[in-house]
Amino acid sequence: MLRYALSRALSLALSLLVASAVIFAVIEVIPGDPASYMLGLNATPEAVAALRDQLGLDGSLLSRYLHWLGGMLSGDFGTSYTYKVPVSELVAQRLWVSLPLALYALVLSTLIAFPVGLIAAARRGSVTDYGIMGATQLGIAVPNFWFAMLLVLVFAVNLRWFSAGGFPGWDAGLLPGLKALTLPAVALALPQASILARVMRSALIETLGQDYIRTARAKGLSRRQATTRHALRNAMIPVLTIIGLQFSFLLAGAIIIENVFFLPGLGRLIFQGITQRDLIVVESLVMLLVFAVILVTFLVDLAYAAVDPRLRRTA
Amino acid sequence: MRLNPQLWIGATLTAVFLLAALVSFAWTPHDVTALNIADRLKPMGPTYLLGTDHFGRDILSMLMVGARTSIAVALVAVGIGIGLGVPLGLLAAANRGSLLDEIVMRGNDLIFAFPSLVIAILITAVFGPSAVNAILAIGIFNIPVFARVARGGALSLWTLDYILAARVAGKGRLRISLEHILPNITNLLIVQGTIQFSLGILAEAGLSYVGLGAQPPTPSWGRMLAEAQTMIYTNPALAILPGLAIVAMVLGLNLMGDGLRDLLDPRVRRARA
Repeated sequence: MLRYALSRALSLALSLLVASAVIFAVIEVIPGDPASYMLGLNATPEAVAALRDQLGLDGSLLSRYLHWLGGMLSGDFGTSYTYKVPVSELVAQRLWVSLPLALYALVLSTLIAFPVGLIAAARRGSVTDYGIMGATQLGIAVPNFWFAMLLVLVFAVNLRWFSAGGFPGWDAGLLPGLKALTLPAVALALPQASILARVMRSALIETLGQDYIRTARAKGLSRRQATTRHALRNAMIPVLTIIGLQFSFLLAGAIIIENVFFLPGLGRLIFQGITQRDLIVVESLVMLLVFAVILVTFLVDLAYAAVDPRLRRTA
Repeated sequence: MRLNPQLWIGATLTAVFLLAALVSFAWTPHDVTALNIADRLKPMGPTYLLGTDHFGRDILSMLMVGARTSIAVALVAVGIGIGLGVPLGLLAAANRGSLLDEIVMRGNDLIFAFPSLVIAILITAVFGPSAVNAILAIGIFNIPVFARVARGGALSLWTLDYILAARVAGKGRLRISLEHILPNITNLLIVQGTIQFSLGILAEAGLSYVGLGAQPPTPSWGRMLAEAQTMIYTNPALAILPGLAIVAMVLGLNLMGDGLRDLLDPRVRRARA
């Protein structure tokens, strides 16, 4: 297990290194001088020179890359040009919207998908199964930002149960905060729940067909007992993988959903960074998101190696 | 051939949108770039079948041209994926275990680990929002998908006797890949192509919704939704119609993909029988 964990950690570090190089390169290829790009047309030569100095643009490509990388490793993500505050400070504030949102959606998606997938698998081939499969097929096809707009239309405009957007901040209390995140979380969760329910169903059907289930039934377990004691646990490996992958979709999806609901999260920050040409913010945020996703993938790898010893050998 | 309802529903939906997109090149009910403020926000009616937007543009015409934008972006992005991914996958399979194989597979793992939307946003942010950059941003993520499918399909073929026969006959790896492997993985590629096509439509809608896709005045479904959002209180229909178009198109492609898999992949066919 330790060897497996180490080899995964090595590949995690390698992935991050390559990812940082790619992101750095993409920003580097901007035609012209990044400093004048960020400052726009009306910049004075002094301002451009000052920003060039701050960005370390006069150094070589490699030294700039190492400087950026070293800064991030020590928690220094640079200073936002437009906000005049450290990017790490901006991220820390916004993270408390984006992370709870993604987790909220992940919990919702799992809570919906598990029973739905279980019922569909247990009643395979029935009308219920076909109904569920049809509904999930539709759920996958719905873009989450459009579903978000429909939710706003129904629950904010017509029923007035929720506000159409905005975030009161956690200072206002846990419930108002959660309430503000509910529609965005539902919008994010629906397509993911559809995918997860389908994975859950096929994983369960697959394990229910295994010999050990027949053995369990032969030794006198009921269908339900065999399902909950043996099939469910073994079906968890593909399901866990998908849940891990979904976290990345949810974080990325949150970027768009935050814009629908005017939530002050990381997604809004990225878009503000883009429109204000604040490349320091954009570069560091993208790296951070990639880091989060790669880290989660790594943790999922470890989690199911812990669950299933067979997987450790494939390292 | 057994009637496959999924395939037929999916193919019909897809065909409707393809047709609408093709027809839009020659004819639309109204001009999509002409602003007609006098006729702004008209409800559905005989002149404007699906009504008009805040500039008096005909919604049906915009949806037709929007279909063209979506399909063009997604189709070219799939083309990039096939054009670069399949040769890479074939080469990797033909030289299994080589350095090239290793690089292709590790590179794949890496791209899979990237949150694609974030990178798409980065690309369009840096190079400027446009349909071409949206295509590139979506297309890059199709390359590893097709490389993996091609490699996986090819690897299982390389162990078969008729490939051995071809090698005994003196054919080189490249020639075998082209003459024997490629035709036999076409089915897999068609199915994957349909799936990536539908993901491309969704991605394009997302990018153009946040303003990073095709730029005005080119109509796109995503931007129609973004514009409609500000009028959702007064004109909900504007926010509903383009969304329905996206859902129908994606649903059609997904159903077609599943249907094609049932039809073309003998392993699935046997499992269902």
